[in-house]
Amino acid sequence: MGIISEDKIIVAIVGSLGIIFTWWFFLFKKEKETAVEKEVDIIVSGGYSPEVISIQKGKTTKINFIRKDSTDCLSEVVLGDFKIRKELPLNQKVTVEVTPQRRGEFPYSCGMGMYHGKIVVR
Amino acid sequence: MEKKIFQIKGMHCASCVRVIENALKNTPGVSEANVNLATETATVTFDPKTVSDEKLFSSVANVGYQAYVKEQAVSEDAEEAEKKKNLADLKRRVVFSLSLAALIILGSFPGLENLAPGFLKNIWVQLILATPVQFWAGLPFYKATIPAFRHRTANMDTLIAIGTTAAYGYSVLVTVFPQIVESVGIAPMPYFDVSALVIGLILLGRYFEARAKAGTSEAIKKLIGLQAKTARVVRDGKEIDLPIDQVVIGDMIRVRPGEKIPVDGEILEGDSSVDESMVTGESIPGDKTSGDTVIGSTINKTGTFTYKATKVGSETMLAQIIKLVQEAQGSKAPIQRLADLISAYFVPIVIILAILTFVIWFDFGPVPAFLFALLNAVAVLIIACPCAMGLATPTAIMVGTGKGAEHGILIKDAESLETAHKVKVVVFDKTGTLTVGKPVVTDVVSVKGEGGRGENILQIAASLEKGSEHSLAEAIVSKADEEKVKLEKVDKFKAIPGHGVEGFIDKKRVVLGNQRLMEREKIDITHARPGLVSLEEEGKTVMILAVDGKLVGLIAVMDTLKESAKEGIEALRKMKIEVVMITGDNQRTAKAIGGQLGIDRILAEVLPDQKEAEVRKLQNEGKMVAMVGDGINDAPALAAADVGIAMGTGTDVAIEAADITLINKDLRSVAAAITLSKKTMRTIKLNLVWAFGYNVVLIPVAMGVLYPFFGLLLSPIFASAAMALSSVSVVSNSLLLKRVKI
Repeated sequence: MGIISEDKIIVAIVGSLGIIFTWWFFLFKKEKETAVEKEVDIIVSGGYSPEVISIQKGKTTKINFIRKDSTDCLSEVVLGDFKIRKELPLNQKVTVEVTPQRRGEFPYSCGMGMYHGKIVVR
Repeated sequence: MEKKIFQIKGMHCASCVRVIENALKNTPGVSEANVNLATETATVTFDPKTVSDEKLFSSVANVGYQAYVKEQAVSEDAEEAEKKKNLADLKRRVVFSLSLAALIILGSFPGLENLAPGFLKNIWVQLILATPVQFWAGLPFYKATIPAFRHRTANMDTLIAIGTTAAYGYSVLVTVFPQIVESVGIAPMPYFDVSALVIGLILLGRYFEARAKAGTSEAIKKLIGLQAKTARVVRDGKEIDLPIDQVVIGDMIRVRPGEKIPVDGEILEGDSSVDESMVTGESIPGDKTSGDTVIGSTINKTGTFTYKATKVGSETMLAQIIKLVQEAQGSKAPIQRLADLISAYFVPIVIILAILTFVIWFDFGPVPAFLFALLNAVAVLIIACPCAMGLATPTAIMVGTGKGAEHGILIKDAESLETAHKVKVVVFDKTGTLTVGKPVVTDVVSVKGEGGRGENILQIAASLEKGSEHSLAEAIVSKADEEKVKLEKVDKFKAIPGHGVEGFIDKKRVVLGNQRLMEREKIDITHARPGLVSLEEEGKTVMILAVDGKLVGLIAVMDTLKESAKEGIEALRKMKIEVVMITGDNQRTAKAIGGQLGIDRILAEVLPDQKEAEVRKLQNEGKMVAMVGDGINDAPALAAADVGIAMGTGTDVAIEAADITLINKDLRSVAAAITLSKKTMRTIKLNLVWAFGYNVVLIPVAMGVLYPFFGLLLSPIFASAAMALSSVSVVSNSLLLKRVKI
């Protein structure tokens, strides 16, 4: 049995830290909720900004998606619970209207389900 | 100050322009208003703090016009153009990266390098070739990764960016500072072929995927393409060609043979034969005459006619169909939930697995451990394919719902499409669903020896029924009309629900109804029974007429079965689906009709409000139940069923209680809808098994689990080829649904 070399120990430690960092970075982000009265602009670039919006039950809210990112994945947005699937042409405002009838959290995503956002109905 | 352009409806002349301009200018907060007759727009400069859009609209409405915001819908053409541009750009990147990668491989691949010109073997040349591939062809991966990091999210592109950057970065290090790797005992060999070819292959896969994906929304594009562009409107006695969005309700429109009917309406004058197959899926052209409804975007075949527009814009049947299909394609199937959940965690987990792979190979792998660790970690990043999981369900739903729409089967949402494949029992409402819903009198039987009033049976019955709204009453009255029978005056008319009607004619008490009514009235029908039974056995509904407590005659009424009924039921039986008929008719009549159609389970004498309960009873037997009805009278039963199927009526397609609407009015489509659901679900399941299986099997292989047993490793180049094929194959499999026969 040889002694474990220094570089192997370093790689193991750095690797472990990398795993912890990856987990924390992607999966432990804090959701910031933006309360919306009537209308909101969501910028689509590497995700959705704002990502989580809260809207009122029974009230119609206009959501304007403006895509600034040419990633193909983001070229469609799907609000499955509201039966909306829309193409988002680059740099154009695409408006969808939702009038939620029940409270709860309704996720939305890009066409392939890679990027996610959430509509919270209060 | 804000400047906005509104659309104005209802302008005819220059004076309208002035009226609207003045109305707008007199609204507090408006500083400027210009109305354009040609474009039918108003350009208004106003202070949004003082005046709202709604206030401006009401100012215009007060002077008799309508202002509205034209939806900023991005035109289909612009969308198409952008897609084409993106595809062309992708193609350029594919050709560029694959060509340069080929040169690099020629210069570096063992065996091939002997064929290559000397300069290609130079690693500096390889660096020069690989760099534009990495940073120009591969730019989309970086462009997606960097903003995603800002959101602390990651996707497919992140994996490719990290993987290829690692291979490229190491190769640059080897090229520029070979002594560093040499000092740790590794031969300075670059991997520019890996970085360049991986980018080329992934882009190639993406190119095919984009082309295939365009095919999934073909059905909706076809529907949108059906819309007429212009209409020949008769205004002030003159025929003018108007753009379709300027046609208003009440406009008179003329259509010549071979032309497209622009909007929905009702024929005023003329007759023709109209082919509605493109909208409703109804295959045989129907004859139309004045008073008949015509559907916009269908084709007028033979005659010329003038009709009145009754529905325009978003209200037309075609617009409703498009909206319904778009909504269905935007909805999510319950089966997708698991894929959604996994894809949310997928990319971070793959990154973690890649780090783990690197550490394990570095610490425990054979020499040169660093190279094994690097290449295997890159292979893990490249092989993972979250896209296939994301595409598995929605692409199949899009093709499935589109296919349905093409055949006149409108599916409300993905969930309905998913549920329909589990249906074990189909309940048909009889009247108006299996039958045409227009009963006709077939027999008028006088019961002899009872006052000799036989010849007056139709007259008495029709006089009495005149006040009733029942469909059987309508049949009797129209028969009397046909035979020019003069009706008598009726006093104290009363309808007895579920029984019949009563009243006084000539001071004599007359009752007309079913056997239940006769029992209630204590009228003896013994000697009419044989005739009654034989009529009922022919599937006819028999009504008994009695005057002053004495039986005088029988009237038999029969509804015509729909042409598609028998075949429709046969198709369901072949699929081993139980068919049930539900009707208010008595057992004998119902059984006779059931017999003609080959239906074995019959629920007869069911009052309209009991249908829902009957559906629930069937569900309590533990079966998935579909109910087929007209969507209006059967709404509660349709809503109660697991799948409510409504037969289309007129030009309304969005029937609230229905999960599926058959606008082709063809009963064979019930089986077709269930078949479509089965095929779509099979495609989805196959896609999901493929997408999950692919990742579950190949990620561990890329990590090197087979190495200890078979010495097998997955090169990042093979990984990229597999990954490119994976999402293409999922989309292509969904496209196969188009070829399915339903």
